[in-house]
Amino acid sequence: MTSIILLSVFGILNLFLGFLRSNKVLLPGAMLLLLAVFGANYADWNAGHAPYFNNMLVVDNYTVAFTGIVLLTTIVLLPFSRSYVLEGDANLAEYYALLLFSLVGAIMMVGYDHLLMLFVGIEILSVCMYVLAGSRKRDSRSNEAALKYFLMGAFATGILLFGIALLYGATGTFALSQLGTAIATPANASLQPMLYIGILMMIIGIGFKVSAAPFHFWTPDVYEGTPTFFTAFMSTVVKTAGFGAFLKLLAVALPAAQGFWMPTIQAMCALTLLLGNVGAAAQTSTKRMLAYSSVSHAGYLLIGLVASKGNLTGDAANGIFFYSLAYSIATIAAFGVVKLVVDHRQRDDYAGLNGLGKTNPLLAFVMTVSMLSLAGIPLTGGFFGKFFLLAAAAGQGYIGLVVFAVIMSMVGLYYYLRPLIAMYLRPAEADATPVPVDGIQTATLAFLALLTIVLGVAPGLLSGIL
Amino acid sequence: MLTAVLLFLPLAAALLLLLTKGATARALALGASLIEFALAAYAAFAFKTTGSGSFNLDYAWIPSAGINFHVGMDGLSLLLVLLTTFLVPLILLSAFKHKYDNPATFYALVLFMQTGLIGVFTSLDAFLFYFFWEVALIPIYFLAGAWGGERRVAVTLKFFLYTVVGSLLMLAGFVYLYLQTGPAAGSLAAHSSELSAFYSLKLSASEQSWLFWLIFAAFAVKMPIFPFHTWQPDTYTESPAPATMLLSGIMLKMGIYGTMRWLLPVVPLGVSQWQKPVIILSVIGIIYGAIIAIRQRDVKRLIAYSSLSHVGLMAAGVFSLTQIGLQGATIQMLAHGVNVVGMFFIADAIERRTGTRHIPDLGGLTRRTPILSVCFLVMLLSTVALPLTGGFVGEFLLLAGVYQYNAWVGAIAGLTIIFSAVYLLRMFQRVMLGPDSSFSETITDLTGGELLILVPLIALVFWLGLFPGSFLHISEPAVTGLLTQVGR
Repeated sequence: MTSIILLSVFGILNLFLGFLRSNKVLLPGAMLLLLAVFGANYADWNAGHAPYFNNMLVVDNYTVAFTGIVLLTTIVLLPFSRSYVLEGDANLAEYYALLLFSLVGAIMMVGYDHLLMLFVGIEILSVCMYVLAGSRKRDSRSNEAALKYFLMGAFATGILLFGIALLYGATGTFALSQLGTAIATPANASLQPMLYIGILMMIIGIGFKVSAAPFHFWTPDVYEGTPTFFTAFMSTVVKTAGFGAFLKLLAVALPAAQGFWMPTIQAMCALTLLLGNVGAAAQTSTKRMLAYSSVSHAGYLLIGLVASKGNLTGDAANGIFFYSLAYSIATIAAFGVVKLVVDHRQRDDYAGLNGLGKTNPLLAFVMTVSMLSLAGIPLTGGFFGKFFLLAAAAGQGYIGLVVFAVIMSMVGLYYYLRPLIAMYLRPAEADATPVPVDGIQTATLAFLALLTIVLGVAPGLLSGIL
Repeated sequence: MLTAVLLFLPLAAALLLLLTKGATARALALGASLIEFALAAYAAFAFKTTGSGSFNLDYAWIPSAGINFHVGMDGLSLLLVLLTTFLVPLILLSAFKHKYDNPATFYALVLFMQTGLIGVFTSLDAFLFYFFWEVALIPIYFLAGAWGGERRVAVTLKFFLYTVVGSLLMLAGFVYLYLQTGPAAGSLAAHSSELSAFYSLKLSASEQSWLFWLIFAAFAVKMPIFPFHTWQPDTYTESPAPATMLLSGIMLKMGIYGTMRWLLPVVPLGVSQWQKPVIILSVIGIIYGAIIAIRQRDVKRLIAYSSLSHVGLMAAGVFSLTQIGLQGATIQMLAHGVNVVGMFFIADAIERRTGTRHIPDLGGLTRRTPILSVCFLVMLLSTVALPLTGGFVGEFLLLAGVYQYNAWVGAIAGLTIIFSAVYLLRMFQRVMLGPDSSFSETITDLTGGELLILVPLIALVFWLGLFPGSFLHISEPAVTGLLTQVGR
C-alpha cells in the first residue's frame, strides 16, 4: 500500500520537478524515487495479508512479488530515456510522471480483490500508455500507434467492463473470493449463460491487454510506432501486471468455472504461441521481431494459467512470477540495446546490428544474453522460466500443450539467433563507429545481463517464493 | 569437492581472461588448463588409492523443484575428464599458433566450454546434465561462428539448430521421467531428477519405447549417427582448427557417454526394442562415412568423414550391450579423441605452411619434413587401428562386442578398418609422398612448439596401445554397473 501512496505522491512531485526546467535532475531524481518505492514495497514482504479500502485491494506476498517486478523493470528502463534528456525534450517530467502513475495502475491490477479495482487499475495503466504511445507528437507513426492503441484499448476496456457487469449480474458480487463461492454454488446454475458470457468477455478484455492471440493484432503496429523507450515499458510492465491480474482472476474468482474457461485459455495459448513465433520468424526489423516475440511470450505465460488450476502459490504461479521477471529484464535489455543502436545507426533491421560484437562488445554481449534468455537456453533466467512453467503444466497432464510449446520454442531459436549472427558473424560497415553509451546505461545493461545469468545459475534464489 | 574445483576452475580462468590480453592471456589460459590437468591426474591417483567417494558433491540447487547440484565421478567419468583436461591444454597450444582477433576471448570460450564438458561428464542429476550439455554448446557456437571460414553463418546456424532441437527433445524426455518420480500429482518439489531416481523408475515397455528416441535424439545428433550427421562435415570444415579439435576430440564423446550413462540404464526396455535399428544405422554410418571419405579432396573434410565412420563403430559397440563392447567404446573414446585431435592438428600445420588443404595441390611434402611425416604416420596408423596403437585396442574390443551381438554385423563393421586404411593411406600418399608440388621445396618441418603438442599425443597413442589395462581397469566397475542396470 505504501508503494501506491508513494508512487502517486512522487508522480506529482515529478511534475513539479519539471518546473526546474533541468532535465539533468529529472532522470536521477525519478530513479531515486522509484528505488525508494522499491524499498517500501520490499518492506511489505512477508507482512501477511493486509486488506485495504473495504477489501477492495489486498497487499500480500503475491502483490508484493509482482509489484517488485514492475518496479524493478521501470527502474532499469529509465536510463534509456537519456536521449530525451539530451534532446532537451520539454515534456520529460510528464513522461516520468505518467510512468509513475501507470505503475499505480499496475500495482492495483496485481493487488485487486474486487473487480472494480481491477477495472480502475487497468484504466489508469492504459490511459497513461495511450498518451505515451503518442509522445512523439510530430512523428506520424507514433500518432498512428497512439490512435490504434487507444481505439482498440477503449473497445477492449468496454468489453471487459461489460463482462464485469454480467459477472455481477450472475453472482451479485464484485469481490473475488465471494465470486468464487457464488460460482461454486449449485443454486446459481440457471444463471450460467450470463456468467459464461461475462467470463468470456473478461478473458477477451484482459487477453487484449496482454496481447494474447487472437487479440494481439494491434501489437506489432503499436509497438513499432511507439517510441522504443515506451515500447519496452508496454511489453514488460503491462504484460506482467496483466498476467498478475489474469492469474488472480482465474485462480481466485473462477476456479469453479474451470470447465468453461480452460479450453478457451488452452486454445488461446496454442494460437498465441503459433502466431507469435511464426510472426516473429518472418520479421526483418529487430523491433518488430521483439514485438511478435512478446506475443509469443504471452503464449508461454498462458500455459502457466492453464497449469495454475486455482492456485496462487503453486508451481505454476511461481513459474509465472519467475518467467515474468526473467522475461522483463531480458526484454528491457534487448530494447535498450536496440534503442541505442537504432538511435545511432538509424536503421532497425537485423543488418543494423552487424558487427556490433566488434564496435561495442558490451552491447553485443548484453544482447546475446537477453536473446539466449528469451530463447530459453540454459545459463539464463529464461530457461528456468520456461522450465518451471512447462514442468508445472506437464505435471498437471497438459502434455499436448507442452509439446507444442517446445516445438514453438524451436522456431523461436531461429529468430533469436539472427541478431547474434548479425552482431558476431557479420562484419560491420566500413564506416561504423561505436555506439555511444553513457556510464549509467553501461551499468544498467551490465546489471541486467548479470541478473539474467544469476537467475539462470541460481534460480533457487527466487523460485518457489510465493 | 574435487569435482567442483575441476568444474569451476576453468570458468574462473575464463572470466579472468576477459580482463587480460596478449601474452598474459596465453599464460593464464595455458596455466589454468595445466593446473586443471594436474588436478584431474591427482583425481585419477586418488581414485586408484581411495575410490571415488570423495568426488561427490550434492547441493540443493532448486529446492522448489527437487533439483540438486549433484556431481561425482566414477571410473567412466574420470577417464573422460582426464581426456578433456589432457586435450584442452594441447588445443590451446595449437590455438596460440594462429593470429585470431580477440585472442583472449577465444581462449576464454575454450575454457568456458571445458567447464561445460566436465559438467556433462560428472553430472548425476538430469537437469544439471542438460544444463551443462547446453553450456558446452554456447561457446563452441561462437568459436565456430565468429572465427570460422567463409560459409560460417549458414553452417553454424545448422549446427546450432540441429543440436538444440536434439537436446530439447532430450529435455522433454527428462521432464517426463522426472514427473514419474515421486507421488503422481504432487508439487514439483516432491519429484526428483537424480540419476539414481531415474534408474529406479519402473516404466512400461511402450513408454520406454518413445522415451528412447526423445533422449537418444540429443546423443544421436551430437555423435553424430547416420542420418543425423549432416551438420558435421560442414561444421568441422568451416570451424577454426582448435574448435574442430574440441568438437571432434571431446564434444563428440558427450553423445557416446550420454548414451552409456543416461540412455541405456534409464530405458533398458526401449533400448532392447530399438537395439537392432540403431546398430544398423551405426553400421550404415560406418560404411557411408568411409565411402564418402575416399572421395574427399579436402584434408579436413576427409578427416571429418573418417570421424563419422569411426563414431559409427563406437555407437554399434555401445549398443551391442556387451561388457567388451562398452569397454571398447570407453577406450576408443580416448583413442579417437587423441587420434582425431592429432590428425586435425597436422592438417592445420600443413595448411598453415601451404595455405591450402586441397589434396591435389599438395604432394611430395615429406622430403623437407621428416618429423612431420613420422608424426602424421603415427596418428594415421592409430586411426587405421594398427596393433600397438590405441586405435587398435579400441576398435578390436568394439568389433569383438559387435561380433558377440551378431557375427554378420560384426563382419560388416570390420570393414571400417580396411576402408580407413584405404582412404587415409591414399591421402598420406598423395599429400606427403607422390609427385612434387610447388610446396615440396619450401615447406618447413615441425617446430619445437608444435612437437610439444604432438609428442604427448603420440605418447598417449602408444600408452593406450601397449598398456590399455591401466585405463580399462579404471572404467571396468563403472561399465559393469551400467550393464547390471541395463539387464535388470
